[in-house]
Amino acid sequence: MSADLSELYQQVILDHNRRPRNRGKLPTANRVAHGNNPSCGDECSVHLRLDGDRIAEITFDGSGCAISQASASLMTTQLKGKTAAEAQKLYDEFHHIVTTGEAPAEISDLAAFAGVHTFPARIKCATLGWHAALNALKGDPLPATTETHKD
Amino acid sequence: MSDLARTRADFPILHQQVNGKPLVYLDNGATSQKPRRVIDALVHYYERDNSNVHRGLHALSMRATDAYEGARTRIAKFIHAADPAEIIFTRGTTESINIVAHSWARAHLKAGDVILTTEMEHHSNLVPWQQAARAVGATVRYIPVLGADAEGGLDYAALDTLLTPEVKLLAFTHISNTLGTINDAARLCARARAIGAVTVIDAAQSIGHARIDVQALGCDFLAFSGHKMCGPTGIGVLYGRRALLDQLAPDETGGGMVVSVTYEGAMWKPSPERHEAGTPNIADAIALGAACDYLDEIGRDAIAAHDHYLAQIAMEKLSVVPGIRIIGPRVGQPRGGLVSFALAEVHAHDVVTFADEDGLALRGGHHCNQPLMRKLGLTSTTRASFYLYNTAAEIDVLVASLHRIQKFFVG
Repeated sequence: MSADLSELYQQVILDHNRRPRNRGKLPTANRVAHGNNPSCGDECSVHLRLDGDRIAEITFDGSGCAISQASASLMTTQLKGKTAAEAQKLYDEFHHIVTTGEAPAEISDLAAFAGVHTFPARIKCATLGWHAALNALKGDPLPATTETHKD
Repeated sequence: MSDLARTRADFPILHQQVNGKPLVYLDNGATSQKPRRVIDALVHYYERDNSNVHRGLHALSMRATDAYEGARTRIAKFIHAADPAEIIFTRGTTESINIVAHSWARAHLKAGDVILTTEMEHHSNLVPWQQAARAVGATVRYIPVLGADAEGGLDYAALDTLLTPEVKLLAFTHISNTLGTINDAARLCARARAIGAVTVIDAAQSIGHARIDVQALGCDFLAFSGHKMCGPTGIGVLYGRRALLDQLAPDETGGGMVVSVTYEGAMWKPSPERHEAGTPNIADAIALGAACDYLDEIGRDAIAAHDHYLAQIAMEKLSVVPGIRIIGPRVGQPRGGLVSFALAEVHAHDVVTFADEDGLALRGGHHCNQPLMRKLGLTSTTRASFYLYNTAAEIDVLVASLHRIQKFFVG
């Protein structure tokens, strides 16, 4: 397997793909947003329970490639307990990682997605769940779609 | 050199490495590669004959016009149309179908009428009919696809109940781009004709793979793209019976398609000019004519036999990959030169990304076939689609790659 491909499919990504965390609907959710990637059919819904400005609980469900599913799974573990502003900041860092391959030292698990940057077609897979989460935080009723939102 | 090696030598693009491996191009359902002759036709046109057609009296314009109209005649012969005027140049299958959906359907359909199509259509032969039905208050009905894996093909028995007098148009694909199913086009056209319905065949996947005779098929319209039959992108054809095309209002208006224009209005030329407003895609039409020459020299029966040979090998070798679910006709059943499958616990996009490492060009996704995928309980499949230059050894590369992928993701 090439170096680029083993960079892309890191162990942490494979692990989240095989055993997704926080997968399923959230009966107590007060925010839900749906994301889709029309060019490939990937779908991801993010369910949140916001307590004030803070994410008290978060789950995701949907279907898609290993990158999109692992990214959404890992995202839920990172966003729990965060405020909307903190979530946005974390997304900005994640976006930087997947588009440049550069990960700041203090970022741990999200750095697993650095390998995505050598596969530009897969960036929207990695960001699908994040778009849905940010839309849920904004209370945006429109589905997040990777075709109209910037990656 | 064997025939197959000679054929491969005609396609410059095939002789390259991808990710350090020889390219194995199995995405022919999306677009085919181009032989040297087609590329040369484009270069020759731009280097020698480039000029606007029909209105010029100078030498270059006459050469360009002769070559462009020659291509029309060549393509009419290729599909055995009765008259070159039955060949309308378009951008491709999608535009061809949209012309019928706009100009014919909206003029001839009314509230309560039915457009009949099938459950296996590509979005390009589905969405235009839904839109036309919405515009006039007609409804769209679907001929069911049989079997949990769509292995049973179309439910021809259902035609007895579906072909009611309200059906005014039947649109169907000749070969399914997702299933590989070969539909009985002549039978479908005959049944539709018996109740006076107009027929539209989406021949995108069949045109470069099988002998097509529009008169024998008995269709009213037939749509296809050049780029899936060794021709360039951006050129396609709408075949229509002359009587229908000459009545059909133009979808687009402008220069080149009028007899006379006054400040009050205009009169249209007959077909084909009335349906080709503006400067046409001259170079690509000419190169499409060259593609017809090429395919006929190889022989479309030989191409169909090669498709069948590769599809059967692929079916046998793929069906033993652990966790694979192949959709469409079963092993040993007739199918077009493509195989679509899902691997348990591995998404199609991960399959395609991994296979690319082995030099393989595959396609993963819903193949513009979302309603069918939903019906089959799938979100995506991986598709390997073959053409005249593919080899049995390339299928071995595919199978080895799938074993590796399955092992990596599932263990």
